[in-house]
Parts: sequence; structure tokens; C-alpha cells
Amino acid sequence: MSWMEMNLPYLLAGISVGGQYALIAIGYTMVYGILRLINFAHGDIFMVAGLLVVYSTTIMPIYVAIPLMIVLTVLLGFVVERVAYKPLRSAPRMSIMISAIGVSYLLQNLALYVTGGLSQQYPAIPWISDTIQVFGATTKRVTVITPILTIVLVALLVLLIRYTKIGMAMRAASKDFETSQLMGIKINSVISTTFIIGSFLAAIGSLLFFTNYTGVTPTVGAMPGLKAFVAAVFGGIGSIPGAVIGAFIIGICENIIKGLGWTTFSDAFTFALLIVILLVKPTGLFGEKATDKV
Amino acid sequence: MSSKTKTMWNVGLIAALLLLLFLLEQVIPSGSMFFTVLKKGAIYALVAVSMNLLNGFTGLFSLGQAGFMLLGAYTYAILTIPVESRNSVYQYFDGGVIQFALPVPVALIAGGIVAAVFAYLIGLPVLRLKSDYLAIATLGFAEIIRAVFQWDKLGPVTNGSNLLRSYPTFKSVLYPFVVAGICIALIVLLINSTYGRAFKAIRDDEIAAEAMGINLAHHKRLAFVISSFFAGISGGLLAMYQTSIQASMFKSAMTYEILLIVVIGGIGSVTGSCISSFLFIACSEWWLRFLDNENLYIGSFHVPLLRPGFRKVVFAVIIMLMVLFYRRGIMGDKEFSLEKISNFFRRKRGKKEGKGGASHE
Repeated sequence: MSWMEMNLPYLLAGISVGGQYALIAIGYTMVYGILRLINFAHGDIFMVAGLLVVYSTTIMPIYVAIPLMIVLTVLLGFVVERVAYKPLRSAPRMSIMISAIGVSYLLQNLALYVTGGLSQQYPAIPWISDTIQVFGATTKRVTVITPILTIVLVALLVLLIRYTKIGMAMRAASKDFETSQLMGIKINSVISTTFIIGSFLAAIGSLLFFTNYTGVTPTVGAMPGLKAFVAAVFGGIGSIPGAVIGAFIIGICENIIKGLGWTTFSDAFTFALLIVILLVKPTGLFGEKATDKV
Repeated sequence: MSSKTKTMWNVGLIAALLLLLFLLEQVIPSGSMFFTVLKKGAIYALVAVSMNLLNGFTGLFSLGQAGFMLLGAYTYAILTIPVESRNSVYQYFDGGVIQFALPVPVALIAGGIVAAVFAYLIGLPVLRLKSDYLAIATLGFAEIIRAVFQWDKLGPVTNGSNLLRSYPTFKSVLYPFVVAGICIALIVLLINSTYGRAFKAIRDDEIAAEAMGINLAHHKRLAFVISSFFAGISGGLLAMYQTSIQASMFKSAMTYEILLIVVIGGIGSVTGSCISSFLFIACSEWWLRFLDNENLYIGSFHVPLLRPGFRKVVFAVIIMLMVLFYRRGIMGDKEFSLEKISNFFRRKRGKKEGKGGASHE
């Protein structure tokens, strides 16, 4: 029992962080599923979402600021795709990836310019940042909300993909990009929708993430971004339930490692896991079998 | 031009360039931005060429360069800190465990070798992956290396997350030029050898290359190890340039910068990488500096938006435009050579020949 009491905070933090990674990971996995692109800018979109709240709450009440942040983040995701990835659709894959790295570089420098390089304090959001007791462990309410919200959102997303027309178009595009175009699917609107959904979830994820880790710096998105990508690969890239499960596993493992006093290695663990997964089961836990992946 | 005259021209040019640098150093004050750009540019040119060897010539998309530079930089610094200053540098670790100092060239090469050994070990599992998976796995390794070097338990060797300093550095701008020049020349020789042709064959078509009897695993590993070796040496040079190093410097952002240099110069062009690294460093450190000045007036018009950091935004926008609209980079996959320029002029004017800018190679 005492072991449980000692480790419960870490476990809770792990579940919470896992949920936040999951929301980011979905953006990666959906984009990769359709475009075969590691969207390196996704973590930075997450960071921009954080900064938007920081700056908008200084001039408007928080219940206006949050919806506005979500709209702007979605818009950013949409614009990034239209400006930086769409012109390169017929280019080699490496060019798009380099473009993604360029966007990431641009967003980070833009954030550096706006913030002046100082860490910005994320405002406390009423209700979700209240302190509560869970099985005797003290934590913020967000810790409990995150996994629930994540699962609800993912369920909605899965329903969207399974039962709507645009969802069917997405599935078709990720199966075979060119054939789906021939079948009359407007590939550009499908891709835009993917980016919109990804950015929306990243915006929610940033809301939850920064309630726990309140310092927003220009490079804060890089690490969660990479870890969410690892989660997406772990779960089988292209698979949404896979990404969610992968994210929870990574979040929990990472926090348990921190709890054991090996904080230095919590990041290293994630990447070691990535390499092991790629070598042992390159398609991930739930990935479809593909011959040209690795 | 016969190959003999070509070599002579190149040797002459390099000698002229070094002489020019030497003379400039006597004239211009040493704190000038100009030398900062030249020193850092030469170091980045080396690491960009080493990355180009992998990405451009072998077709292995690796993003581990910052990690290998870290290994080189740390090895160099750890091996050369004079014994008498070890107590002050390793103040939290009782002077560290290493109580000797090696001469500078030996330590630089040792840095390269350590990076190469790590690359060999990492390459065993990782080189089986392809394209973006290889990229993300090497990026991951760089992050792991960075985390491990900041670990307290390794403190007696790596000084934990504290600075390493007071190791020997270089004063003259000629030093990085000569070292980077020699290394780049070695890479060029490698690229022009049978190994280099094998690398290019692997880049163009792996299956065809294998069918022609090229041992894929062996050649990929070779390219990876050699590229890392030179990345390690450039890491050592960077340590000398910075005068103090810390593991947290070598973030993935550094790899991205090097990658952007390679892309801007042209993937698969050695001279392109060199030219673009000088341009890149000059733009990011020097030419765009005025954008950071808050009180810039054109006539009586106060230019808005300018404040520290704006230079980087403009710079990133320029890079984005290059990536989107000028995808082949400055040189494409061609090389800068006197011969081509002289041919170009001969064809155009009929008489003008043998004229070209100074390149260092």
C-alpha cells in the first residue's frame, strides 16, 4: 500500500501526460497516414497554441481567449499546410520533410521574437487547475480530466472517420493516395481537414499540458512533439487507437522512470523505445503491414 | 584544361586564399564580425560537407549530426584541459578522473575517432531503417547522447551539466580553415574514389547497386562512420571556437541548421555546402544584425517591428522561401569549378578565361 501511495502521483502524472501526448500524436499519425510526412512543425503549432493563450488572456477574459486560441491554432495548421506543404506535393518526400523542418525553425524564431526569449507564465485556467484529492494523492483536476477528455475526443474522431463521408475519404487517401484521387476524392480538402483536426487536438492538448507545466518557451513544443511522434510510431503509424495507447504507455513509463529518480533518462528511454520498436516490430502495435516502411 | 593545370590552379587558389586571410588578419581587428563568420563558417562547412556525404551522396537521411559533434567536442575538451586547471573546471567532482592532457591535434583526432566508434555501434541496428525512420532514430540517438552526457554519475568525466572550459583554443582564423580544408579535401577524395561511386549508386537505386555487387550494409556503415568522424572533428573545432561547451548546446535545432545549410547549398554538392555555410553564418550572425536594432530610421521614418530577434524571423522566412521556391539550392548537385567558369566565359565572349571567385576546397 505504501508503495502505491508513493508512486500514485507519478502514475497519475503519467496518465495525464500520456493523454496530452495522445492528443498531439493523433496529429502526427493522421498526417503521416495520408502524406507520409513527419510533420516536424506539429510540436511548434502546439507551442504557438500555448503562447496564444498567454497573450490573449492579457486583453480578454479567459472564456473568450480559449475558443479564440483554438480557432487560431486550427487556422495556423491549415495555413502551414497550404503554404509550406501543398506546393511540394509532387516533390520528393525529403523536400516536404525539409520544408516541415523549415516551418518549425520559422515558428520557433517567431516565438523567440515575440517572447523575447523569456519563459512566459501560462495563466491558471479556473476549475481545471484547481487542486483535488485522488486516492489520497494531491493533484490538479486536469490530471483526472485529461484521460477522460482524450478518450472522448478519440472516440468522436473514430466515429467521424468511420461513419462520415470525409472520414471515408481520409481512409481511402491513406490507403492509396493516387487511386483515391482518380476516384474523385478532392485530395486537397481531405488533407486540409486532416491538418485542421490535428491542430484542433494539439490546441486542446496544449491547454491541458500547460496547465501542468506552466512555462511556455519557444522550444517547449519540440520535446513533446518528438515524444508524441514516437508514440505514434509505437502504436503503429496511421492507426489512431495505436497512437493513443502508445502515448499512454510512453507517458506512464516516463513518469515512473522519473519517480525512480532516473530523470536524466526519461527522455532517453523514449528514444530507446523507438529504436527497439523500429527494429523488432517496425509496423508498431496496430500498424498495417506495409512493405516499403522500413 | 588538363588535370595537371587544374590541380595547379586549385593549389594556387588555396594558397592565395590562405595568404589573403593571413594578410586580412594583420589589417582588420581580430574582434571583427568578419572573422567570427569565417571561423564559424569554416567549422560549419566541415560538418555540412560531412552531412552531405551521408544525405547527398549516400542517400541516408540522418539527423544525428549534433550528437556526433557533441561527442567530438566533449572528447576534445576532456582530453586537453590542462592538468592544473582541472580542479577549477571539475570543481564539483574533485578534479575529475582524467589527470593528463593530450596535445591538440591528437585530441581532435581522438574526438573524431570517438564519434566514429559510436557511429559504428549505433549504425549496427539503425542503418537497417530507411528514409524518415532512419532520420527519427538518429535524431533520437543524438538526444540520448545529450541526456547521458548531462548525467551526474558521469560527472567525473563529463563534468555533468556544467561547462567545460579553459582548454586550448585557436586564435588565428587560419586554424579552422586549414583543419576543415584538409578534412573536406579528404572527403572529396573519398567521394571521387570507388567507394564514392558505390555511395552514389546506393543513393540512386539500392536494389540495382546491390545487384552490381555492392555490399549495402558495409558501404552504408562506412559512409555513416566516416561522416560521423568528420562531424566529431568539427565538434572539436566548434569547442575551440566557443571556448566553453555544455551538452545542452547540441540540441536538435543544431542538426536542423546544418541540414538547412546542406539543402541551401544543394544536396550532393560539396562546394555548395561550403558556400552556403559561409552565407548562412554571415546572414544569421552578421548581415542581418541591423534588423535587431530598435532605433533604425530610414530618413525620418522609424522602421517598425525591429527589436532583438527580428533578424532570426527574417532569416527563417528567407530560408522558407529558398526551400519552397529554390529547391535545388545554390549549386544543385553540381560542383563549383574554375574549369566550368572558364568554359562559360570562353563560350560567351570568346576570349575571357580563367576567371573565378575564390572558393576554398
